[in-house]
Amino acid sequence: LYIAIGKMASQSEVIDRLRATFRSGVTFPEPFRMTQLQNLLSLVEENEQLIQDALHKDLHKPKFESVLSEIQITLNDLYFAMENLRTWMQPEYNIGKNLATRMDDCFIRREPLGVVLIIGAWNYPLHLILLPLVAAIAAGNCAILKPSEICQATEQLLAELIPKYLSQDCYAVLCGGAEDTKSLLKNKFDHIFYTGSQVVARSILLAAAPHLTPVTLELGGKSPCFIYGHIDIHKAAKRLCWSKFFNTGQSCVAPDYVLCTTQTRDALLPALRETLRTFYGPDPGASLDMGRIVTPRHWRRLMDMLEKSKGKVVIGGESREEDRYIAPTVLVDVQESDALMQEEIFGPILPILTIESLEEGIDYINRQEKPLALYVFSDETSVVTTVLNNTSSGGFCGNDGIVHMALPGLPFGGVGASGMGSYHGRWGFETFSHRRGCMNRSWLLERVNVLRYPPYSDYNLGWLRWATTFKKNSWGGCSVM
Amino acid sequence: MEMQVVQRARENFLAGRSRPLEFRVQQLKSLQRMITDRQGEIATALKQDINRSQYDTPLLELIGLENEISLAVSKLAQWAAPRPVEKSLLTISDQVYIQPEPLGVVLIIGAWNYPWALTLQPLVGAIAAGNAAVVKPSELSEYSASLLKALLPRYLDQELYPVVCGGVSETQELLRQRFDHIFYTGNSTVGKVVMEAAARHLTPVTLELGGKSPCYIDKDVDLRVACRRITWGKFVNCGQTCIAPDYILCEPSLQNRVVEGIRQTLLEFYGPDPKSSPDYGRIINQRHFNRVMALLDGYTAALGGQSDSSQRYIAPTVVKDVPPHARLMQEEIFGPLLPIVTVSDIDDAIHFINEREKPLALYVFSSIKKVIKRMLAETTSGGVTVNDVMMHYTLNSLPFGGVGQSGTGRYHGKHSFDQFSHHRACLVKSLGMERVNMPRYPPQNHQKARRVRLAMRTPLVDFSKGTYIWAVTASIVALGLLVALTVILILAAGVSCTCW
Repeated sequence: LYIAIGKMASQSEVIDRLRATFRSGVTFPEPFRMTQLQNLLSLVEENEQLIQDALHKDLHKPKFESVLSEIQITLNDLYFAMENLRTWMQPEYNIGKNLATRMDDCFIRREPLGVVLIIGAWNYPLHLILLPLVAAIAAGNCAILKPSEICQATEQLLAELIPKYLSQDCYAVLCGGAEDTKSLLKNKFDHIFYTGSQVVARSILLAAAPHLTPVTLELGGKSPCFIYGHIDIHKAAKRLCWSKFFNTGQSCVAPDYVLCTTQTRDALLPALRETLRTFYGPDPGASLDMGRIVTPRHWRRLMDMLEKSKGKVVIGGESREEDRYIAPTVLVDVQESDALMQEEIFGPILPILTIESLEEGIDYINRQEKPLALYVFSDETSVVTTVLNNTSSGGFCGNDGIVHMALPGLPFGGVGASGMGSYHGRWGFETFSHRRGCMNRSWLLERVNVLRYPPYSDYNLGWLRWATTFKKNSWGGCSVM
Repeated sequence: MEMQVVQRARENFLAGRSRPLEFRVQQLKSLQRMITDRQGEIATALKQDINRSQYDTPLLELIGLENEISLAVSKLAQWAAPRPVEKSLLTISDQVYIQPEPLGVVLIIGAWNYPWALTLQPLVGAIAAGNAAVVKPSELSEYSASLLKALLPRYLDQELYPVVCGGVSETQELLRQRFDHIFYTGNSTVGKVVMEAAARHLTPVTLELGGKSPCYIDKDVDLRVACRRITWGKFVNCGQTCIAPDYILCEPSLQNRVVEGIRQTLLEFYGPDPKSSPDYGRIINQRHFNRVMALLDGYTAALGGQSDSSQRYIAPTVVKDVPPHARLMQEEIFGPLLPIVTVSDIDDAIHFINEREKPLALYVFSSIKKVIKRMLAETTSGGVTVNDVMMHYTLNSLPFGGVGQSGTGRYHGKHSFDQFSHHRACLVKSLGMERVNMPRYPPQNHQKARRVRLAMRTPLVDFSKGTYIWAVTASIVALGLLVALTVILILAAGVSCTCW
């Protein structure tokens, strides 16, 4: 059934149907949105086992990771949205006014955009498509989901469950490969939300331009990790290992590489060894908590990088082609020109680059594209502040990894080559809404209005200037006070 | 040449020169001085470009711009400061905030209808946010463009805020360079080109485009006032305003009275011969003059209709009973022609509006709250003014921008600052409280998994109002019970209590 849905001709039919539903206004009222969010909640809660199985089939994802980073994060965002939906939907009245508009009603409405397209990724196939969907539903839109075809079990599961729980006239799942996505993009959408790589992102922007469709891009990059100055190396090693090897390093916000001095490196390596042993035992390949690389192609990509690298493998390095296993691997003596430093690694390989000073590290980072995340492990506030003030990145986390994206109050998104736009929590709601500035003028004060009409005169201009000028330190520019 | 200009701007940005708050404020104040000092020259340039009256210039361009600068100077420290974020139980000892940061080198492409406001207002936002900016004024308003090129380097830092003048080829060359944001004001055709060029470098864009802004007039409205306000908005700058009411929608019974109201107002504003009024503008160039006149082909004007090609003058013109398929109704007019399209009622009007592309502005004149509410709830547009036109543009606390074909992104006031900033999510944790972290590490088991799940669950992860109220109430009740228990125990122990 879902394969039939993926055919080209049906794509436009589905989009037209969703657009007609949107036009009818059925997705606008709060009860409707709440019901759909509640249904989505039930979808996740009632099918946890199926979801875990699918994720394990696709990515060999340990149950713990599935629960933490796919199921729970989706549930949290749903709770947060349902709790705050009413507040988010309220027109914003608290706006400064000037004398000329004092009698007017001024507010900002949040309005749905229309039919939006959400394209998922393969590394967190559930939450990367459902979190944007939560935001799209909350904002009152209709949505087309295009899950990643690389995770076939999850894709099939979504195609089966979404129509069962959510309104079929408002939300549809379209499956298919690169060609199907290309033809899908020829249609007009009111917003496109894409998570994935820079190469595909460009083609999405090019497809959106003729329709003037706004786009949110959640891309990636090489997220640097400073370990500098005075630091409890064991705690740092633990948090670093957790962030790096979670999901076998296939996270867009995983610390890609480490920057530290030679002394720090020498202290770090035994701490890393110890931590890895605690986490996965002597043979990570036999640990239930260690994942696998998603496809043979990506496994090959990572092995190629490892082979071409001129760095020295000091931890790990083992691999197995049959089950796409790569051991948690750490390399030292890696230079800027190394094969591992040319593109986002997206795997369980951690190069350590040695620097002599913080400035050297910062200069290095600033020579590269802006990353999605940036990490600093240090007890010294000055180190954290220096790095923060002299670099840019999508997000930042001091003394830990990844967890900044689990906070619904923080916007999650990139900058520069790591993406544009953001979501999570209220930010997702705003992404999928149009902020419409509204001014409801009173019929009174026409005498003030008269000042602006021709025939013009200096006298009128003087008064008008006074009435509309923003006055410093005043309460919204009321010059009478 | 364009490449070098952008390169120099980037080098200066990377050197950190545009970042210090004092520098930004100083540049903004300098921009303010430029406008105050050179007002006369600016007015002259505008007169030559578009026959702008000397009063329209401050009114329509400069007052708004000055307000933006004052606001930015006054609020900059607040806008640029880290913005704290609601914390949760898990992050109680951490620092959680959003830090606005400059994007880098931005490109601002101005428009010709309000060449100063539409080029410099975005620049205010760009400077305030700490960026370097390449300014490309529209070549159609050539006197203003040359004046800007001569003046800006004398007041602002030349390396950080260069002005690049030129036509299509220079703009294309600029668009080949890499920017960190592109801000374009103009039409949707070029908007698409800008977006395509930006796609190559994954550059985010703000597009302030246009569209046909509808103006619905309900019956039972004070037509005198309504027509006066509409006439002002429509014919100011000779109709060449992106948020001018493009066309009127009203019931057939109102039409003649609307025309009469406009006629009377035109007399008040411009006298019997608008051509000789110093307050009435001209069309920017021959091409646009021809374009607008062609729209009138085949229709008889109820008011106006006269024109003079040598002066690029078109009289304020109103056309009645315009059919929806007319050419006049197919593209944005951007000129002093006001079609009236009749609709049977508000449902018809809403349907009419929703069948078309989302406009930049929407106007509704009504004294019935229900009508206004319906209009707002059942349509969408960039912005709205009810019972007047264009005024929502003047309040800089309202976001100004389009939706759909009328644009993407928004600016004015703080929105400009935010548009040109990257909002960096920051979490600075302490290495303490590691015991709380322990359950998340492998090797995993049921107990650990349950503990993590519990810790991650909202409301623990989200300090919502509900939890707060529950916590406070529960504490009060518990305290009350404790006090009651203590009193009972004391009484039971037989201790006399004089307070009883």
